[in-house]
Amino acid sequence: MRACANTQGVFCVYKPADVHWKLVRDTIETNLLKGVNATHPQPVPREVRFLVSSSDEPGAAKGLRVSPAAVPVLSKHPLVTGPEFQQIKVGVGHRLDTSSSGVLVLAVGNGNKTLNDLYNTRITRDYTLECEFGMATHDFSHTGRVLERSTYDHISEDKLERVTAMLEGANQKALRMYSTVDMGSQEAYEMAAKGLLGPDGKSAPILTGLRCIHFQPPKFTLEVQCLNETQKYLRKVVHEIGLELRSTAVCKGVRRTRDGLFTLQDALTRHHWSAADVMEAIYKYHSSKRNQKKILFPIRESTLETSGSRLTGTHQNKDAAAG
Amino acid sequence: LDVAEEYSALEEISDEEAAGISIPANIPPASNSLRDYVDKSETLTKLVQLGVHLWKLEQRPNVGSMLLRLDFNTDVAPRLLFLKQIGVENSRLGYIITHNPFILTADLDNLQARVNYLKSKKFSSETVASMVSRAPFLLSFSVKRLDNRLGFYQQQLKLSASNTRDIVARLPRLLCGSLEPVKENLKVCEIELGFKQNEIQHMVIAVPKVLTANKKKLTQIFDYLHNTMKVPHHLITKFPQVLNTKFLRLRERHLFLEYLEKAQYDPTLARYISLDRLVSLPDETFCTELALATLDDFYLFQKTL
Repeated sequence: MRACANTQGVFCVYKPADVHWKLVRDTIETNLLKGVNATHPQPVPREVRFLVSSSDEPGAAKGLRVSPAAVPVLSKHPLVTGPEFQQIKVGVGHRLDTSSSGVLVLAVGNGNKTLNDLYNTRITRDYTLECEFGMATHDFSHTGRVLERSTYDHISEDKLERVTAMLEGANQKALRMYSTVDMGSQEAYEMAAKGLLGPDGKSAPILTGLRCIHFQPPKFTLEVQCLNETQKYLRKVVHEIGLELRSTAVCKGVRRTRDGLFTLQDALTRHHWSAADVMEAIYKYHSSKRNQKKILFPIRESTLETSGSRLTGTHQNKDAAAG
Repeated sequence: LDVAEEYSALEEISDEEAAGISIPANIPPASNSLRDYVDKSETLTKLVQLGVHLWKLEQRPNVGSMLLRLDFNTDVAPRLLFLKQIGVENSRLGYIITHNPFILTADLDNLQARVNYLKSKKFSSETVASMVSRAPFLLSFSVKRLDNRLGFYQQQLKLSASNTRDIVARLPRLLCGSLEPVKENLKVCEIELGFKQNEIQHMVIAVPKVLTANKKKLTQIFDYLHNTMKVPHHLITKFPQVLNTKFLRLRERHLFLEYLEKAQYDPTLARYISLDRLVSLPDETFCTELALATLDDFYLFQKTL
């Protein structure tokens, strides 16, 4: 059951908050099945059968008349066999938990192999955290059970910036610690100069970048770039920032704005989850892949580190171009 | 050995003899799917021509074997004729059999008795036909059960006979499912959501689906309407279809209007937005008429939620 090339590939959707990621994946699969089954109607094959009709008139010749007729073979009729495609493999990239929203990467069919490679390489993700001072809850979010309330009048913007700078420094140190290269060697210096230091595979969550983009007490917004994280860890970071500032903070919203090379711009909102829109997004992904001069998602490259290095390299180029 | 020598394979025989040789049909004695039998069985062929989804039915246990055992002329045809007599259209027969294949084994007298009962409760023939078309399980229930349910709706909701007939005709599913979820929904509306009896009556007459809605979704939508959007009870009673929508749709539209500072649901103040238009308009009309923004802006806004 080969589906055509425009339904194999990788694309991203915008997952709304308070929706389990599995629901999103199932909805996309159902919509794709509807689209693919509608455009591939197979005509029912006909076979020739000989119908025997004996003559009824008394005076006619006694011979049998055998007439051929093309009769549809009902065992291949769509109402008997069911729709041609009953399942499509749709895979999910880095998961988002139920209360977060943002870019969620999905892959269809052959794109799942690409997704696997993507999952293993060292690409960073961008989050926007909406936070509020004054409360501490048991699960670090604003819907949890409140454990403590505190004042926040003493917090000013530069105190917050000092704390975020300190956290960023600690995380950079962790980045160097987790990379597998000996810290005193020339190789380490060269890699650090190019920005290629980092953990291979699974490691503790590391924030490569953290800054405050909006400060209006009690509310403030942080922008984070991180590796190997979970959304709960990010909320814990917000809680810790509150503690460092001698107050408390909770995270009201976690929003992923970028996952590797998929940004908010390419994400499909809820109204665009039909088969046609998904196929268009996959087509855009394929054409952008062709347009890029460097190879972005090498499937056949040997080491993980080289593929990771190419991705962070291009990410840095993009950063340099943007900001 | 002697008998076999009499007939040789290359011997020429006349056409009648050839047609007369019976060939055992090469159908497997047991199989998982009806595909192998559909060409040879007259019942299955006629069912496919009617539009029955055999691929769905063969997945249910026992249904496939039951369909094969039926004989078209003695079992299936009289029941199809009966359905046509009460006014069901030809195109709906396939739908009914796909959802309720056991109607083909029901006793014809029972079916007739149930239809007579409904007519005695002053349902017109067209109403009965439309109810049967939309709720295929309706005629599989005994008269006592149908009576029980009609009585329940009339007493619990304290509706008049014609109103009960109206809501049952619009949502015949009410007579088919069990009554426990409906009782729970009514309790939820009264105690948790705080609606008065006459408000519940009004809402059910306008949108009967409230009775069979999911309890969690109902409370979630009501909670958002009342506590976040600050819509009072009497406005919700006036527009009960707002309880029927998808929660995500309501939330994103409300947040968009709030962002544009147009979220005003009080009919006494200026620039009022009515709840039913908020939820029932398609996206484009909503953007151009209520929010006075473009569709692209709405999509971009959704990505910031």
